[in-house]
Amino acid sequence: MNGYNFAYLDEQTKRMIRRALLKAVAIPGYQVPFGGREMPMPYGWGTGGVQLTASILGADDILKVIDQGADDTTNAVSIRHFFQRVAGVETTTATTAADVIQTRHRIPETPLRSGQILVFQVPIPEPLRFIEPSEQETRLMHALEEYGVMHVKLYEDIARYGHIATTYAYPVKVDGRYVMDPSPIPKFDNPKLDGNPALMLFGAGREKRLYAIPPHTRVESLDFEDHPFEIQRWEHSCALCGSDRSYLDEVITDDKGGRMFVCSDTDYCQTRRGEVA
Amino acid sequence: MKKPRLTRPVLLDVQDITRLYGPAKGCEAIDFRLHAGEVLGIVGESGSGKSTLLRVLAGLEAPDAGRVIYRRAVHEPEAARADFHEPEAARAGAGEDVLDKGELERDEAELDLYAVGEARRRALLRLEWGLVHQNPRDGLRMGVSAGANIGERLMAQGQRHYGQLRATGQAWMRQVELDPGRIDDAPRTFSGGMQQRLQIARTLVTRPRLVFMDEPTGGLDVSVQARLLDMLRTLVRSLGLSVVLVTHDLAVARLLAHRLMVMRRGQVVETGLTDQILDDPQHEYTQLLVSSVLTP
Repeated sequence: MNGYNFAYLDEQTKRMIRRALLKAVAIPGYQVPFGGREMPMPYGWGTGGVQLTASILGADDILKVIDQGADDTTNAVSIRHFFQRVAGVETTTATTAADVIQTRHRIPETPLRSGQILVFQVPIPEPLRFIEPSEQETRLMHALEEYGVMHVKLYEDIARYGHIATTYAYPVKVDGRYVMDPSPIPKFDNPKLDGNPALMLFGAGREKRLYAIPPHTRVESLDFEDHPFEIQRWEHSCALCGSDRSYLDEVITDDKGGRMFVCSDTDYCQTRRGEVA
Repeated sequence: MKKPRLTRPVLLDVQDITRLYGPAKGCEAIDFRLHAGEVLGIVGESGSGKSTLLRVLAGLEAPDAGRVIYRRAVHEPEAARADFHEPEAARAGAGEDVLDKGELERDEAELDLYAVGEARRRALLRLEWGLVHQNPRDGLRMGVSAGANIGERLMAQGQRHYGQLRATGQAWMRQVELDPGRIDDAPRTFSGGMQQRLQIARTLVTRPRLVFMDEPTGGLDVSVQARLLDMLRTLVRSLGLSVVLVTHDLAVARLLAHRLMVMRRGQVVETGLTDQILDDPQHEYTQLLVSSVLTP
């Protein structure tokens, strides 16, 4: 496409982001500040993820974009089209075929392989923010590993609801050092962060922070000894593909109380239905 | 009454502390020693520099000049040591030789508060020291329950058992005469006196050796104040705490403090045993202070 550099961002910006990414990979879970650029979309629509994807995308890479697990929602479709236009890269909806996957809210059900890169869109990168509004103070807390307050939040959950009621953006400790917000993925996906062979990059456009989990890194979800970490479970299995081990969305089908549970990962669901049929 | 032993080890050695915001604003050339198990009262009018001094002592504000030395009795078993973690030292120490370790040990026994790193200072304040603010809202997390407030310092030390945290929370609520049934209530539903008790429980739960108190009974009515003082006195004695107590209320000082320091315009004008100072004040300012006390 004429008038734009490959993948929209200019080369200097991409270099700056790549340098920050190298630092982030070197210090797993550490939030690296970067000079976030204005993107042709509003903050909150994935500007952080888009900048990271633009910086790491090569001309022969195959890109997949998902939003809440689905390839066909507005956010996913528009970001996919964006990169088709400004980078001319091939796109796919198949998890196994993709080199770079930009995601919002989910990690694909299909296990990732070595060499793939997963790019997360992050709204609030700071896991300590809810209890400490000062940025200066939270940075100091990270530096000194003062993470007691994270458990105060979990304690409060149990005291109030009888169990840990945090279901998304569930805090994790990366490589035994930094406490990290895994972006608003459901805690169902937290175990997939641990020891994953793919590289995982997190970009927050408004907050201008990025961080990373390198392949095969230890990622633990915080919990209590007598209230261990648990993932969500459903009594149903997917109404379309019959999977009983995927993350399910509840879809209301009429105004008489009709509903069905379907996989939130559309590619996973369709692949399974293809196999079953 | 048994006389206190005068040979108790020095816990805090304050050498020539100066912290001035302007001429005669702050504190100047303060020099004293705090012994283990001692309660030292700092009295003086508003603006006399006593709160500034407390902030410097508690590691919250670096002095312009002078040193604060914290002496830890070497033979004393350190409960918090096992859980003590200092990321920088631990990481740097991994590849270091034995010589540095020996140096570290010496640092342990005598610790210059503002020469050690911020990590060490904050860890000290979190694990071995305690700070009770005048306004409980400064010391409590108002958004989370009483139990979470009491448990926070324990969780910071690495305790990860919900049941035990809760049991400890309830035990401490009983200790400070709060209803253990209210463990899940938010502090903002508590009265001022109860909030102050909660703050004290939250501070003492890790059994600190040294506690700084800034007007712990300020803003409470007299009957509540009396009960709080009674409780504080019991706790200080049963836990063997060393306390630096800042107050403008001489009655509070008389009840709690063994020794008094009288401050005026940033300087110490008189120091001595509490009864001696209050019954026989020598400096004219102390005389004024003592004679200004209202008696109903």
